[in-house]
Amino acid sequence: MSGQASGGAPKKTPLHALAKELGGRLVDFAGWEMPVQFSSVIEEHMAVRTAAGLFDVSHMGEIEVEGQDALAFVQSVTCNDASRLADGQAHYSALTTPEGTFVDDILVYRRGPDRFLLVVNAGNTDKDFEWARRHVSGKVKVENASARWAQIAIQGPRAEEILRPHTPADLRGIAYYHFAETRVGGAQALLSRTGYTGDDGFEIYLAPAASEGVARALLDGGRSSGLLPCGLGARDTLRLEAGMPLYGNDIDETTTVLEAGLGWICKLDKGPFVGREALLRQKTAGPKRRRVGFEMVDRGIGRHGYPVRFEGREVGQVTSGTFGPYVKKNIGMAYVPPELSGTGARFSVVIRERDAAAVVVPTPFYRRAR
Amino acid sequence: MSKGDGIYPEDLHYTKEHEWLGVSGGVATVGITHYAQSELGDIVYVELPQVGAAVVAGEPFGTVESVKAVSELFAPTSGTVAEVNGALTEHPETVNRDPYGEGWMIRIKMADAQEVQGLMTTPAYRKYVEDEAN
Repeated sequence: MSGQASGGAPKKTPLHALAKELGGRLVDFAGWEMPVQFSSVIEEHMAVRTAAGLFDVSHMGEIEVEGQDALAFVQSVTCNDASRLADGQAHYSALTTPEGTFVDDILVYRRGPDRFLLVVNAGNTDKDFEWARRHVSGKVKVENASARWAQIAIQGPRAEEILRPHTPADLRGIAYYHFAETRVGGAQALLSRTGYTGDDGFEIYLAPAASEGVARALLDGGRSSGLLPCGLGARDTLRLEAGMPLYGNDIDETTTVLEAGLGWICKLDKGPFVGREALLRQKTAGPKRRRVGFEMVDRGIGRHGYPVRFEGREVGQVTSGTFGPYVKKNIGMAYVPPELSGTGARFSVVIRERDAAAVVVPTPFYRRAR
Repeated sequence: MSKGDGIYPEDLHYTKEHEWLGVSGGVATVGITHYAQSELGDIVYVELPQVGAAVVAGEPFGTVESVKAVSELFAPTSGTVAEVNGALTEHPETVNRDPYGEGWMIRIKMADAQEVQGLMTTPAYRKYVEDEAN
């Protein structure tokens, strides 16, 4: 895992004391002191795949966008087509540079015709806010509201049943990538059917002061259903099995949205946005490298930064790798030339100066049964 | 009582890199400590040398990987590898479960049995861990 540390003492989320009380092992991540694990990464990972897990993700940043020109502004700085969102709907998108690379990958929530919420990576919050501010035009107010939002993710096949007694919302009625403005545990909340694990689940955005009470109530109520508190370690292995990129590892300001294989969030026909020309050119010419998922054939784990070698030449780099606790394989992501990006293509990952064989496989590595 | 029951077994020697070493008749059994496995978290891969390989005190002899991290293993003593715990290939998690027992890694035929004098005793290692943890 990597994060961009900002200087000074690490920040603490409103659930920091609870994490400590629950025996969380705390580490510095993106300038925040966060639990990396409570019991064990594998146990927490399996809880999410088979029952449910609860994560503190209050370190994530929230940027509120409001005003008559809010939609036009969101359209101008992100690559997905926010005009397709209805009230109560969200999508995955990116803030793009003029080169078509990632300022950040983000979630865009439409709370009203003139009201959007951008959820951004913790380590990028200040950078994203500055970026947004620099691109503002027309009647729109952009605010870094991160301090006003805590966030709890409850993920796994039993998330819905665990959450049900704590909210008046009709959970069945909230479809994937939709949300309700409702109450959870008595507190006003934005309740979203989204997540970073590849399983069903919800992300609950709420006031920091209310978050510890809600987290405690969910953990107490969910214990008999197998709910476990989970840390960033399991969050990383879960998202990797789900084939989802991590900013700073798999995508950054040097990788384009198309190279990252995220063409599906790149709506080049929606009208002008920052980076569109570069992405159009790259789409025509074809990206020179592509992000792929691979499985190790030989023993060992290909990790972030390890070289990819083909016929004795270094042709790319691993950006993430781990043992996948549910798929029980050593998996990873890498950037490789297009000719090595097809399913079944073979290359070597250089692990401690030795070539270890790997094969390109379809992603996600894990797909939940629906 | 198995060695796995104690967090700091009395009859072992320890390195600053958190390996343990138990000596019997010129042969040293080597593994990583309870503290080391707990810091690493779930161990998913252990890479060990071949029988017959030479190892040098203080030099790496293998690798242990958890879900989160990769760590080198350092030889606590010099000599030749006499035996390797092959069961760890299929079940690396044994190191978490029983670091001083079934989770042993290699046996070294020691070049110089006096070399253990340079390693930490149990009380010294306990203090070392407590200092590191604070």
